[in-house]
Order: sequence, then C-alpha cells, then structure tokens
Amino acid sequence: MRKLVNLQPTKLQTLILGALPFIAVILIYLVASDLRLQENPKDKLLPAFSTMGETLLRLTTEESRRTGDIIFWGDTFASLERMAMGVGISALIALLFGLAQGSFPLVRAKLSPFTTAIAMVPPMAMLPVLFIVFGLGELSKVVLIIIGITPFLIRDLQQRVQELPEEQWIKAQTLGANSWQLMTRMVLPQMMPRLIDAVRLSMGAAWLFLIAAEAIAANEGLGYRIFLVRRYMAMDTILPYVAWITVLAICADQLLRQINRRVFPWYQK
Amino acid sequence: MTVRLVTEKPPHFLEFKRVGKRYGDSVVLENINTQVKKGEFITMVGASGCGKSTFLKMLSGQEQATRGVCLMEGQPISEEPDVNRGIVFQKYSVFPHLNVLENVILGLELESTSLTGRLFGKLFGAARKAALEEAATLLEKVGLDHAMHKYPHELSGGMQQRLAIAQALIKKPKVLLLDEPFGALDPGIRADMHQLILELWEETGTTIFMVTHDITEGFYLGTRLWVFDKVRNDPTHPHAWGATITYDLPIGVTSKNLHDDIRHDVNLTSRHQDEQLVS
Ligand SMILES: Nc1ncnc2c1ncn2[C@@H]1O[C@H](COP(=O)(O)OP(=O)(O)O)[C@@H](O)[C@H]1O
Ligand SMILES: [Mg+2]
Repeated sequence: MRKLVNLQPTKLQTLILGALPFIAVILIYLVASDLRLQENPKDKLLPAFSTMGETLLRLTTEESRRTGDIIFWGDTFASLERMAMGVGISALIALLFGLAQGSFPLVRAKLSPFTTAIAMVPPMAMLPVLFIVFGLGELSKVVLIIIGITPFLIRDLQQRVQELPEEQWIKAQTLGANSWQLMTRMVLPQMMPRLIDAVRLSMGAAWLFLIAAEAIAANEGLGYRIFLVRRYMAMDTILPYVAWITVLAICADQLLRQINRRVFPWYQK
Repeated sequence: MTVRLVTEKPPHFLEFKRVGKRYGDSVVLENINTQVKKGEFITMVGASGCGKSTFLKMLSGQEQATRGVCLMEGQPISEEPDVNRGIVFQKYSVFPHLNVLENVILGLELESTSLTGRLFGKLFGAARKAALEEAATLLEKVGLDHAMHKYPHELSGGMQQRLAIAQALIKKPKVLLLDEPFGALDPGIRADMHQLILELWEETGTTIFMVTHDITEGFYLGTRLWVFDKVRNDPTHPHAWGATITYDLPIGVTSKNLHDDIRHDVNLTSRHQDEQLVS
C-alpha cells in the first residue's frame, strides 16, 4: 500500500470527488428544508427550491417601483458597474505607483513607508468618512473599493517589479534603454499579467467592500437587495442572490484568468 | 629653434591601474594592474566567490572600483551600463515577454532617435524593415532562424544563450562580457557554443571577457587566461585580503604541469573558503 501523500486520483475520480461536496450540500439542504416545511409550511428559513425559483422569476421580470428597472438585472448591473469602476481605477493607480516604487529607488524611499501605513488603515472604518465627504451617491461606494484594495495592489506590484532579475535591468541598459524605455519596454509589459493576477486575488475583498457599502446606502445593487429583504427574513431572495454573487465572482475570476492566458502566452505560472 | 618630437603613445584599449573593490569591510579584489588590447579573448577562472563577477561588474559599470581606475581608450569607464559593453549572463539574459526576433530587434529599437523611438522604443516603416533584416541575418548566424517567433520559455538552455549572444551582438559592442555563459549547458551543447562564440569573435573582432569554471574551456577559447586568486590569506579575517590576477597567461605556451598547478591553487582556495564557512 502506497502512502496517502503519494496516491493520485484519476481524471474520473477527480471529477467525482470534486462534485461530491456540492451534491452533499444540496441533499442536506433538501432534506432539512423539507423537514422544516412539513412541520410549518410558513417557515422562511429554508425555503424550498420551487419557492426560490418563483421568487427569482418574479425578480427577473418585475420592475422596481423606485427605478423602473427589472429588479434583478438592475441590481446586477448597478453592482457590476461599481465593481468595474472601483477595480479598474484601483488597477490604474496601482500600476502608476507600483511601477514607480518598484523601479526607482528614490520614489520607493519616499513613498513606500506611506503606502505601507495607508494599507494598515481599516477601510471599513473609513466608510463613514467617505459618506460624509463624498455623499451617499455612487462615488462613496467606488472610493471604498479603491481605498480597500489599492494599497494591496501597489505593494504587490512593487514587489513584482523588484523581483525582476537584476540581470534584466543591466541587459536592457547595455542595449541602450533609457529610464523611460526601461519602463515602457521592459517593466510595464511584464507587469500587466502580474497586475491581473493581483487583481484576481483582491476581488474577494472588493466584493466585501462593495456589498458593505451597498448595505448601508444605496437604491439598488445586489448587496442593497440582500440587506433590504433581510427585514422580512426573505431567504427565498437572499439565497439565490448569494448564489448569483458567487457565480459572478467565479465568472470574473475566470475571465481574468483567460485574458492572462490568451494575451500573455509567455506568462507561465 | 627647437624641434619637439611628440611621442605620445596611443592609450591602451583597456587599462586597469591598481584597481580594488571592497564591500564594506570585506575586500573582494585588490591591486589589479593590467592592460588589454582590442580584440583579445580573455578567459577568467578562479574559485567561486573570489570576485570574477565583481570584476565584470566593474567593467560593465554595474559596480564602481573603490580603488584605482579602469580606463577604456584612455577615459575612465562609464559608471552606468551602456551600449559599449554587451553582456551575457548565465541566465535571465533575455526578456521572457519578447519572442526571439523581438528580443534581438530590441537593441535596434531602443537606439532609434525618433520621438516614438525614445518614448516607446518602437520602429516603423523602412527602419523597421531594415532592423528586421539585420536581426534575421544575425539569428541565422546563431542558428535560431527557425525559432524566430518562439518565446524564450519554449527554447532549450543552449538556444536561450544563443539568443542572448545575438541580442548583445546586434549592438556591436566594443567589449562583450560573458559571465559563465555556458555553465548550465550539457557538454555536447557546450562544444557547439564554443564553435559559435569563436566564429562570432573572429567575425566581429570584439574584445571578449569570459568567466568560466572550466579551465580547459578557458584554455581552449581564450587568447589569454587570467586566474583570480588570493595571494595572502588571514585565517582569522578571511575578508581582510582580496583576490587579484595571479596568472596572466598568453595561451599557447601552456604545459600540462601548469594546468595542474592552477587547478591545485583554485581548488585549495575553494576548500579553504568552505572550511571557513563551516567553522
Ligand atoms: N553587493 C555585494 N555586497 C556585498 N558583498 C558582495 C556583493 N556582491 C558580491 N559580494 C561578495 O563579493 C565576493 C565575490 O563575489 P563574485 O564576484 O560574485 O564571485 P565570483 O563571480 O568569482 O564567484 C563574494 O564573497 C560575495 O559575497
Ligand atoms: Mg560569479
């Protein structure tokens, strides 16, 4: 008998083993939900799949009284828009500062301690400040994402730039590169896929900040909806929404991964 | 009336005057006095950690001598790496995000004086076409013409080093610095690389400095072999004395005994260093 650490699953086994936890969770839910509903048909905690389906159908067809959009899609687009803006702006800022701090010792000496300190500020504690300064509109939510993930992105990118082998810097200079060309021809193109990787890592935190901000002040959005219907214990809305957010998160992650593989074939992990 | 005869000698191509290098308290190199003529092929051997790479770094401008001067054509050597001194390292010499052709063409793109060239290091139109042709010719010479659109990670170690050499040579550097360029290659591949580097050296006439671990390789390739070693050693302060060039041999006058002597010295220093590490 081989040791446990040396046992490798076959392809089929991998598939089955991977699917097993999902099936188990669904089965447990079905049984538990059924038991509770038998006891009390009005129970709200574990709604049947059929109830959730009906609610979802209503949410994807009914218009919101407040905005006139279909509720489900209105929430989705509002959240995705905030997410895209927050993450996009963060990535741009990170590119600028991460590259400068990684490449120029003078800039690093000046800004690195500052970024490190800023990264320690708990972003959620800043939320009231943002609401006071930027109002309750879209800007606050986007800014929360930005201050939440940008310090991490900057520090990660600085690290990646500093990881470029010394040899490359010397070689590029012997080929005639000036400081600016070192940036545009050597550092920037090599940092793009690394930035995308860092963004993938920071997406979880970005969702957290988005939902938190939406929960406190918004008119629509996935996080807003969940916290709105919480008052009525509407698990039939909350659970599909949570599942939907998860699906969106997985899709965003996979999209970024595919971009990295397609656009940067030389970038092998 | 007096006639003055001007008998000023032209400066040596490269001259090292009492050159030394220390990092903090530890002396790495000391008292290096020598001259080099254009077109020489100098191979350098010595125990690892004795300062061969440091010497190349002073030549490339990556490090500055802490004593003495290094002169190139009579002028102190530039304190930053530049196009006069091409480099090939044992690894990381090529850019992973550029394919073979782009890696070679890079040197031509970076030197272009147009605004787009200076800003983005790109060539367009006729200039790009000429650069492509020049790069293709060079790649054919180093035997990479069939792999022009491959990325470095798709190449073998030997092919990567061929690429690194082509990339450096397209700038026609006055000096080519090679730091154990074939150290990680299989023996058969290494023999091919020897052939290649000798051909390119004869064709371009560039001056080559090459560090190697392999004394036989050093004797085979070079016109002149330097041995770096410590002349003095203080067992309680191992970093108090630096290494210098202990043998400077024009190749061709060598005997088996000399090979063995050098090997013996170098090995002795290596072991000595190991013992100091352990104790
Ligand atoms: N930046 C540095 N700071 C301090 N010591 C260094 C530095 N670079 C090299 N050294 C020391 O200088 C010595 C010579 O190194 P090196 O030139 O790389 O040796 P070689 O190439 O002959 O193996 C080594 O003992 C190394 O530890
Ligand atoms: Mg070395």
